[in-house]
Amino acid sequence: MNSISQTKQSKNNFLHRGEPWVWASGAALAFILVMIVLLLGVVVANGLPAFWPKDLIEARLKDGSRVLGEIHRREINGDGVATVQFKVGNRDLLGLDFKWLSQPEIISESRPVDAVVLERREYGNFFGYLQKTDGAKAVFTDAAGRIKEIALIDIIRSYRPNRMNLLDKTGLYATRLVELLWDEPRESNTEGGLFPAIFGTVLMIFLMSILSFPLGVIAGIYLREYAKPGILVTMVRIAVNNLAGIPSIVYGIFGLGFFIYGMGGAIDQLFFPQNLPTPTFGTGGILWASLTLGLLTVPVVIVSTEEALGAIPKGIREASLACGATRYQTLTRLLLPMASPGILTGFILAMARAAGEVAPLMITGVVKLAPTMPIDTSFPFFHLDRKFMHLGFHIYDIGFQSPNVEATKPMVYVTTLLLLLIVVLMTGTAIHLRNTMKKRYTLTDV
Amino acid sequence: MTKRISTISEIANPIVEIKGLNLFYGDSQALFDVSFNIPRQMVTALIGPSGCGKSTLIRCLNRMNDLINGLRTEGSIKIDGIEVLDPELDVIAHRYRVGMVFQKSNPFPKSIYENVIFGLRIAGIKDKSVLDEAVEQSLKRAAIWEEVKERLHKSAMGLSGGQMQRLCIARAIAVNPEIILMDEPCSALDPRATAAIEDLIRELRSEYTIIIVTHNMQQAARVSDYTAYMYLGKLVEYDLTGKIFTAPSHRETEDYISGRFG
Ligand SMILES: Nc1ncnc2c1ncn2[C@@H]1O[C@H](COP(=O)(O)OP(=O)(O)OP(=O)(O)O)[C@@H](O)[C@H]1O
Ligand SMILES: [Mg+2]
Repeated sequence: MNSISQTKQSKNNFLHRGEPWVWASGAALAFILVMIVLLLGVVVANGLPAFWPKDLIEARLKDGSRVLGEIHRREINGDGVATVQFKVGNRDLLGLDFKWLSQPEIISESRPVDAVVLERREYGNFFGYLQKTDGAKAVFTDAAGRIKEIALIDIIRSYRPNRMNLLDKTGLYATRLVELLWDEPRESNTEGGLFPAIFGTVLMIFLMSILSFPLGVIAGIYLREYAKPGILVTMVRIAVNNLAGIPSIVYGIFGLGFFIYGMGGAIDQLFFPQNLPTPTFGTGGILWASLTLGLLTVPVVIVSTEEALGAIPKGIREASLACGATRYQTLTRLLLPMASPGILTGFILAMARAAGEVAPLMITGVVKLAPTMPIDTSFPFFHLDRKFMHLGFHIYDIGFQSPNVEATKPMVYVTTLLLLLIVVLMTGTAIHLRNTMKKRYTLTDV
Repeated sequence: MTKRISTISEIANPIVEIKGLNLFYGDSQALFDVSFNIPRQMVTALIGPSGCGKSTLIRCLNRMNDLINGLRTEGSIKIDGIEVLDPELDVIAHRYRVGMVFQKSNPFPKSIYENVIFGLRIAGIKDKSVLDEAVEQSLKRAAIWEEVKERLHKSAMGLSGGQMQRLCIARAIAVNPEIILMDEPCSALDPRATAAIEDLIRELRSEYTIIIVTHNMQQAARVSDYTAYMYLGKLVEYDLTGKIFTAPSHRETEDYISGRFG
């Protein structure tokens, strides 16, 4: 009897203490973490190995022909036959970079030590054998024995992967990663580096922050501290909250109509009439794109500023005023520093969202290949009217607009990884700043 | 220095003169025709049941009520002959003369040092030696110097409740006000901290005029020279503390003090 009442009690306790809810929230967190790790894992696993120099394999086929290339994948196809995917390169000779062979057709696979990989300015990689060099040209043969002359200036890099040891390969791998970060793209973005896109993304986030953060904070301060509460303020508040839910493409269209045609057009009329009808500011550019994304972030900053100011105890304001401070002094010396962690939290969320937006950029100034950078060494150094490249758009462009989908796949993953890294880096900095502020101004610190 | 305690009718040269004060929160009236004079450099206690308007009254003296929307006043409050309710009054300068300590201690999330000199800093004083001097003086007068002198640049948030309240007192006296308003300064403190603050109030009396709101009858009896009893927004009785606690002239006052009511 005693034990029965005890079990009953412990069961009650289990429910009362809220154990199931603790478990459920733990499970939800675990689920989210697993998803994130999975996403990162897929991106890293598909992106990074693509830059590792693979060995060249020469396959002899039953029909007597030979195929030279890198093995990318082995699969069992629908009919139960083992198949091998070769990257055969030589787009100028063969048309397609990739080729599927069925395993039974292959008599033997070998790694010829003399096989050369050429990274070229055009037509992708060349796999073959060097015959002779002749001044500014070199003569190669491919696996089938066809002769190909290639000008030396068209060759970016050549190496013999089958002769390289681990150290050589690591060196080449590192060089390629550096190239990815610092070089211009080649071959309609499928090869080469990502520097202009990285630069454009960072500059755009930076401009957007400079433009939207002060605006949002000031608007939030006004709404909370100075505006007389009433119907108008309530309506503004509701409107601001709803702004955060508007699809980003709508912001893009607004940016196009208001910033580009409206403001840009007016600027052109006033300051650059000599160039018309060619627009200077009246066309998409990094300034307008940043302003458009700024609009997207402002509501979140306003709301978080208001909330953070509202969360400060009344006693702090009263004490400050009782000490003879003006409202402005109270604001700058106490309220804003104390509210800054909350404001920054909102801003971090908004920034991360804006960094990943692509749709509004597509109509306000992003391009697949920008001939010039928005900042360069020619006067006046800042050319914010210029079009720019962006990693998010780059993903869309090479992933879905490129004719050579198979060849660009690693690039899509790597671009994704870079975009994620940039967002993490920028929000990481902001989070660090916030934590410093929190430590300094929190009310509960000991 | 011993004080000359006179009878109520003889308050010579009062520092605060309140005449016919009516106060409205929107449509509801919170103070009804309150008139009395508060003597200089003495402790005056305001007592009365909860909601009778004690806080409302002392917050008029440093214009803290300005923060409240829809608040309206009639009548006159003069401090040293200057009309406090005048809309043209320089409120900032006025608040330097009338400091305040709140019921709930409210130190700023800054160092102890910065807390004490907050008023001086916003007044534009930058001279380090002046500030250092003010910190030491104020903390000593607030009887907390010994406890915190080693950690002046540590956060004030690490202090105990009683220490925080004394720090708030130090902050209020750092700008050298003439009057210090205290709204239930001990209500959140234990008896020892309360005793420390009561000692402090008696100490400060030689230099400042103190107006203190309290629910603790013993405290009012211990620290104050004069006591005002309020009920439902009206001033019922105002006299020497000794007289109020021994021979009040109103029945209600006697009931409240003896705990039969309130
Ligand atoms: N901001 C306000 N708006 C409207 N009415 C208020 C406001 N503040 C106080 N009141 C009213 O004014 C009256 C006096 O309040 P007050 O705070 O001065 O009382 P109190 O004597 O200080 O009480 P307690 O001892 O509980 O602190 C109360 O009836 C209260 O409801
Ligand atoms: Mg009160």
